[in-house]
Amino acid sequence: MNFDLTDERQMLSDGLRRLLADKTDLKAIVEGDRAWSTESWAALAEMGVIGALFTEEEGGFGGAGFDLMVVFEEMGRAGAPEPLLEVVLAGGLIAELGSEAQRAHLEEVIGGGLQLAFAHGEAGARYDLEHVATEARRSGDGWVLSGHKAVVTNGGDADWLVVSARTSGKVGERDGISLFLVPRDADGLTLRDYPLAGGGRGAEIDLRDVSLPAEALLGEADHGLEAIERQNARATCALTAEALGLMERAKDLTIDYLSQRKQFGQPLARFQALQHRMSEMLIEIEQARSAVINLAGHLDAPRAEREMHVSATKQLVGQTAKLVVEEAIQMHGGIGMTMEYDLGHFARRLTMTEHRLGDALYHLGRFSRLRAA
Amino acid sequence: MDLTYTDAQEAFRDDLRTFLDQRLPKRLSDKVRLGQHLTKEDYESWHAALQERNWLAGHWPEAHGGSGWDAVERHIFEEETTRAHAPRIIPFGIAMLGPVLMKFGSDEQKAHWLPRILDGTDWWCQGYSEPGAGSDLASLKTTAERDGDHYVVNGQKTWTTLAQYADHIFCLVRTRKEGKPQEGISFLLIDMDDPGIEVRPIVLIDGGAEVNEVFFKDVRVPAGNLVGEENQGWTIAKYLLTHERTNIAGVGFANQALANLRRIAGLEMQHGRPLIEDPLFAAEIAKLEIALMAMATTNLRVVSAAAEGSAPGVESSMLKVKGTVIRQEINDLTRLACGPYAMPFVSEALEAGSNVEPVGPDYAMPATADYFNNRKLSIYGGSNEVQKSIIAKTMLGA
Repeated sequence: MNFDLTDERQMLSDGLRRLLADKTDLKAIVEGDRAWSTESWAALAEMGVIGALFTEEEGGFGGAGFDLMVVFEEMGRAGAPEPLLEVVLAGGLIAELGSEAQRAHLEEVIGGGLQLAFAHGEAGARYDLEHVATEARRSGDGWVLSGHKAVVTNGGDADWLVVSARTSGKVGERDGISLFLVPRDADGLTLRDYPLAGGGRGAEIDLRDVSLPAEALLGEADHGLEAIERQNARATCALTAEALGLMERAKDLTIDYLSQRKQFGQPLARFQALQHRMSEMLIEIEQARSAVINLAGHLDAPRAEREMHVSATKQLVGQTAKLVVEEAIQMHGGIGMTMEYDLGHFARRLTMTEHRLGDALYHLGRFSRLRAA
Repeated sequence: MDLTYTDAQEAFRDDLRTFLDQRLPKRLSDKVRLGQHLTKEDYESWHAALQERNWLAGHWPEAHGGSGWDAVERHIFEEETTRAHAPRIIPFGIAMLGPVLMKFGSDEQKAHWLPRILDGTDWWCQGYSEPGAGSDLASLKTTAERDGDHYVVNGQKTWTTLAQYADHIFCLVRTRKEGKPQEGISFLLIDMDDPGIEVRPIVLIDGGAEVNEVFFKDVRVPAGNLVGEENQGWTIAKYLLTHERTNIAGVGFANQALANLRRIAGLEMQHGRPLIEDPLFAAEIAKLEIALMAMATTNLRVVSAAAEGSAPGVESSMLKVKGTVIRQEINDLTRLACGPYAMPFVSEALEAGSNVEPVGPDYAMPATADYFNNRKLSIYGGSNEVQKSIIAKTMLGA
């Protein structure tokens, strides 16, 4: 047993924390001037942060659960909205399934020159990965895609989209889902992009008879779901680590505020009712940290075990996120509800982590079913 | 024990329902239902419609233009208007200043200000909190110094709701610096058009700007605008806190929010079935509904006692805590019901008269905005921590 970070990961963590503290402009994020900063993105690439999300065989120098955890916890601590989770999902699928030609894109991704998005979610799917209604039919050597993709994070900025579509079977069936690598400017692809409550941007994507060549298919036709689940597990590890960083920051902001703010002639930190609530918050955040470690350590486990950890971690972190958001705001009082003060952004971003990849209640149900199976 | 309403109370409810059918425009109730921001004109037109029946300030005595409602009638009014998605009545003039003037104002003040509240001439806002005086309100620092026939006001108020619409503000100001802080506070009426007043909006985490900072620099206020005696302001503030809290539980709002949650959970799909059929989700809704059923009766117990003349004390603190927590939990479950579509955040879509197309279902973004916005419920009007301290004091002593 050893819960210490390796020297390399510790260096990555420290360097990234300094970099993000320097580059993250919360005011610009909140005022929505831009979804994220191209300057930060270039700096992340240069530091090797994007490479840390891939294994050596894939052209990176990390790729393990604990690499994801280190990177994303720091992203969370900074409240940074840069679309790294999209690299984990879409980049991970390309790395796992891609042909040599498709995998060649990864070098540019790791270098910071290419943006990705994973266009998978659909209206009515909620968080079910197998709910794919978008269709892909064969046409000559190639494929024709039609359907609608919902809340595609980074869709508007992506150069390439990994799009899931059904090549056989019915909506909700595990078999019959295929993946395609689609340029954002493909004919027939239209997109409405918009701000997200937690920072960054999302998009609604319409696919109307989008023609793709045979080599756009990523992996084997009809068998995309297993890879989607594997990359979804990695993304859940990344997102819950980000939530952990966001919670740490919300907690630190609250500690600072309680220490400085005086009412009734003394700092709020002296009130025992508030002291106990801070203790509770710390206890729950440490629980969440252990849950993320559990998942990070089981990403390569057999499916049943891995997926049980996915749901366990997302459930516990989701539940803790709600507690931390609500308690941090409440203990701040009115100031905690403003966007002028940093907590506003952290509270929003943390809350929104529950609306990606499944909320606490969804995963409570899923965990129960997985345990019963 | 009898949980039924009297015939007269039921007749009043029928009358209200007919009125709401006929006089509440769908344009307005749709805005309320969809969580869009209402304009000043929206509120004013609804206030005017109610005042035709003397229902705007129904709890005021008939002599002052009200209907002399007791607490039960007032409760029925809240229940029916929230059920119909009517705009809320802006409380600052009707529920707060009016009763204060009736109790502490001079005859001249009553004759001048009360009719103007009812006919919409004046829009009031409340100047209580300051950057350094939140839960510890008595530590407020905005000063009013007497200078001949005027008070000269300097300082800053904050969290002033809808100050952007208001033409008048009632303020707690410091008129004496010696002695106990509570004993140097006065209640002053100020014209927002006076030179030296500046209003700055505060953007909240729901993206809206319903609250403001209000700055006072050498604002000259006629001495005749002092309500009650100089340095009696704390008594007035406490009167407001204990006597104007009949709707503090927000049962009507909670019912409205619960109906909205059930509607959304019926439309959202999970595993190919309506979300409301998911046993876990249904159980969460059920827990809230059960809590709300009990809270509604707690509220009626307090309301009935108030109708018989007993002043609610610790009960209003109890109702505030339970009522706000239940509403917040309903809001929480509602945004969760919306799934990934709770993430798109197109603030313009909530603006009155906006043509911006919502992303996904039209209920999703308001659900997110409400969840964030209603964090205020447990903070304002005496935070839930302050209420719990009041409750503890009555049980455990100092």
